[in-house]
Formats: sequence, C-alpha cells, structure tokens
Amino acid sequence: MNTTINLAGVELKNPVMTASGTFGSGEEYSEFVDLNRLGAVVTKGVANVPWPGNPTPRIVETQGGMLNAIGLQNPGVEVFCKRDIPFLRQYDTKIIVNVCGKTTEDYCEVVERLADEPVDMLEINISCPNVKEGGIAFGQNPKSVEEITKEIKKRAKQPVIMKLSPNVTDITETAKAAEAGGADVLSLINTLTGMKIDIHRQTFALANKTGGMSGPAIKPIAVRMVYQAANAVKIPIIGMGGISTAEDAIEMILAGASAVSVGTANFFNPTATLDVVEGIEKYMEKYHFENLSDMVGIV
Amino acid sequence: MSKKKMTASVISQEKIAEDIYSMWIKAQEVVQQAVPGQFISMYTNDGGKLLPRPISICEINQEQGMLRVVYRVTGKNTGTEQFSKLQSGDNIEIMGPLGNGFPLETGRDKKALLFGGGIGVPPMLELAKQLKSEYSTDCHLVMGYRSETFLTEEMEKAGTLYIATEDGSIGTKGNVIDAVKERKLEADIIYACGPTPMLRAIKEYALENHIPCYISMEERMACGIGACLACVCKTKDVDEHSNVHNKRVCKDGPVFLAEEVEI
Repeated sequence: MNTTINLAGVELKNPVMTASGTFGSGEEYSEFVDLNRLGAVVTKGVANVPWPGNPTPRIVETQGGMLNAIGLQNPGVEVFCKRDIPFLRQYDTKIIVNVCGKTTEDYCEVVERLADEPVDMLEINISCPNVKEGGIAFGQNPKSVEEITKEIKKRAKQPVIMKLSPNVTDITETAKAAEAGGADVLSLINTLTGMKIDIHRQTFALANKTGGMSGPAIKPIAVRMVYQAANAVKIPIIGMGGISTAEDAIEMILAGASAVSVGTANFFNPTATLDVVEGIEKYMEKYHFENLSDMVGIV
Repeated sequence: MSKKKMTASVISQEKIAEDIYSMWIKAQEVVQQAVPGQFISMYTNDGGKLLPRPISICEINQEQGMLRVVYRVTGKNTGTEQFSKLQSGDNIEIMGPLGNGFPLETGRDKKALLFGGGIGVPPMLELAKQLKSEYSTDCHLVMGYRSETFLTEEMEKAGTLYIATEDGSIGTKGNVIDAVKERKLEADIIYACGPTPMLRAIKEYALENHIPCYISMEERMACGIGACLACVCKTKDVDEHSNVHNKRVCKDGPVFLAEEVEI
C-alpha cells in the first residue's frame, strides 16, 4: 500500500496534515501525537512582526462547530525561525509554514525571510476573516488573489500553497485566479464568517463580534467547494473544513483533495490526526486501493 | 507522549446548592500528577458540543485515585447540565491535569489568606488542605457567595473560615474585601480564584499592603493545552512564548502572580 502523495515536488509520507492555527507549531500536541507519523505539520500563521491578536473572548462553541476570532496572534517570523523551525526539524515530517500579513509587502517580507530556512512549503493565508486589513480582503477578489500570488511566487523558494476563503459566491473564480498567478497548490476551505449572540449578556459572544466558523458542521460546504475547485484547476488541492475522522478525510479525497488537514477536531480529540492516518490505511486495504493517488477525485 | 485523554468513572454525584454539583471521579493517572489549582478538561457525549469544559479540581484523593469537581450548571442544554446527570458507574472522558496550579512552597510557615468567589470557591479547598497539612500554613479562608453557600463544612476543617454574601444572608454583607476589612484580617501571602472584578479588588488590596498574591484566572478555552491561543490574558511584560503581552491561561496559568497580569 502506498500512502505517499506528491505535492508540487514535495513527497509526503501520507496525505494527513494539521490545519493552520489549530496545532500551534506542534510542540503542545507532541505530548499526544507522534509527529513523525504525520504527512506534514502546517504551522499557525506567521507574520513579519509579532501580532497581539484580538481581545477575548476569542472563541465560542456553536452546534457542531465553533467560532474563533484569535486574530492571528503570533510571535513574528524571527522568533518562529529561531524556536519553532528547529523544534519541527527534530521530526520526520514536512514543515509547511502558514504566512499571514496585512499588506502584500508584509507577506513578501515573511516569504523572503523563510527562503533559506529549512521549510518544505509555504501556505499563504489570504482568507482569515478575523483581521481587519489583509487576510480575507485579498482572498475575496479574484484579481487581487492573482496579483498577490504572482508577487509571492516571484520571491518564494519553496512551493506556494494559496489558502482560499469560502466566503465567496464562486470558489472556482478565486481558485482559477490563484492558479493563473502561479500557485503550486491550493488549500481550502478557511473558516466561514459567522456570529453568535450571548443572550444572557445581551451582546456578541466574541469580542470581535464575528468569527470564523469551523468544525464538523461546515464539512458539507468544504466537500462541495473542494469538488468544485478540483474540477476547475489542474494544480493539487489540500482539503480541509470539518474533518474529524478518516471517513471525513476520505470523502474529501474522493471529491478531489490530494491531501487533507485536520483542524478543529484536534481540540476535542488530540489524536485525531493519527486516527485519520490509520483509518485511511484501513480503507485503502478494504477497498483495494494500491495508491492513495488512485483515490483522488474519482467521484 | 506523556499526556492523554482518558475515560474516568463516576463514583458519586450530588447537588450541593442551587445549580452547583459535586462529582467524584476515579482517574488514577490524572490524580497522580494533580496539584491544587490545576483543572481538567471534561468532554460531553454530545457530538454537537465539541469543546471540552475546563473544570477546576476541588479535591484530590491520592489513596483512592479519585478527584472531586464542583461545578456550576450554566443553563439548559449545556455541557455542564449533561455532566450533572451522570451517575455512579457512568463514564466520562477527561484530560488532565492541565495548567500550572498554585505554588505551594510559597505558603510554607506563613499566614495565608485564601479567597474564593462563586464557582472560584472549589479549587481553594484542596489548596487549603495541602497548605495546612504539608506546609504548616495558617490558612484563613474568605469565601464569597451571592447568597447560598457551599463547601463550608470542608473549608472549616482546612482553616479559619470567613464568609461574605452579597445579600448579607450569611457572614459579612458585601464582597470578600469587605469581609477582610470587617474582620481586620492580615496575611503574608494571598491566593485567590473567582470572577474578574473580585480578582481585580484583591490584586489592588495586595499591592496596597505589599502582600505577594497569586490569582487563578478564567477565560474561554478551546484546546486546553496552549496551542490555539484562545484563552489569553494581558501581561505587564512581553511574554517569552507569545513575544507579545499575552500569556495563555490554560498553559502558562491559570495561576499567575497578580502583578504580572493586567486585569
């Protein structure tokens, strides 16, 4: 059985990775999960300078999901390079660094800083709904998606994954725009913008008013968008959004994802990533798939 | 791979005040490592309620591998309501112990004031018990309630108990600081857990009187282990981990030296 998957020339031992922002840089979860068993660790978003993030409350649970408005708190790329990359290098897994910024220049600065660092791929977050500037502002307009992708591709030494927002009318437009800009891989979906009201305090449940919705409740939307995007572009897709089990991951792969990310599930099942790895292997055995790549997009 | 989620079995469940429940659970591996001021993540069986509920540890029984949680049911159809329906013999998924806990050594041979407010009362019980028995601390417990009291019998065994109630039905009418003033209480060290306005008042009192003060903070959590950065609190100095003025309540806390956090 061959669970390896090739993403833009980077070979992953299996298609299972962590969704950005749910797994830190792996250190906390390394007490629960053998990181050597993951296809890749996708880090929390890293900016050119430290970001303090949003006021609290930053999260709230919803039926079958949750809203978060962390606001991309991160220690900045310098601390990240000194502390988090060496930590991850101890493990036999690929390192994918999620990059965030407020302006094109911010993103490019991080990409340039990481150029000679031992990281395998870059995932560009142009779809965070929780920061006022940058983030989703880039991700909702096909023209700006293409432009920022081009700027990043000019500077990046590693393959570039563009992370797309589901908060658009037609996901194929932004998917095609990223491909036209030179993206090597797409990842989708980021969170869906939502809101919850605290009826006892009679105000917003989150200090940021709105937050990004994630968790099992959003999975059908994610599967639909992965399917649509996979049929619109030729580059590989990393599918995510509500994956908690191997069955969820397999749905996503059959819909067109070459790899998958496990996100919110880490919060309620710290070993969710490993459960997905093992479940995919069992499924391949049961249905006689010799290569994982034979499963991708066959529906 | 030192930590894990585990299945604990419920030993007993009891309602001890309006909306306040007390549950003993058997969880040997968690109990062995637990210290006062730490918490556990408790999971519901409801797939619609994803996130663990962080609940403070109220008592630790090392011999029998059991721990006690005393928690408030926060409303209808909540995770805590589901916990309150568990009975002896039922199982519950938990993770822990989590967080840092109170620094017990700071209480050795001292006169300590322990403050608890509302659902911040429970963690102060195990703290008082251990300070008294292991560190020969002279414990004075000042517990604040809205009206109805709970855990007072246990508290009385662990130290001298003073009660403040908002409606004045028992003890001092007012808050815990009112009780300190009324009783003219003094201390070498302070430990506290409760709502933010109470912690703010205690911090101010401690600073004015130059008393070292440790407070246990509360914030909405997702992962409970320091990865998601949901439950941060503001810090006076730049934190080494975050590289900004934020510490993680679940991992760096929940107990902080009062002057290092801004509340």
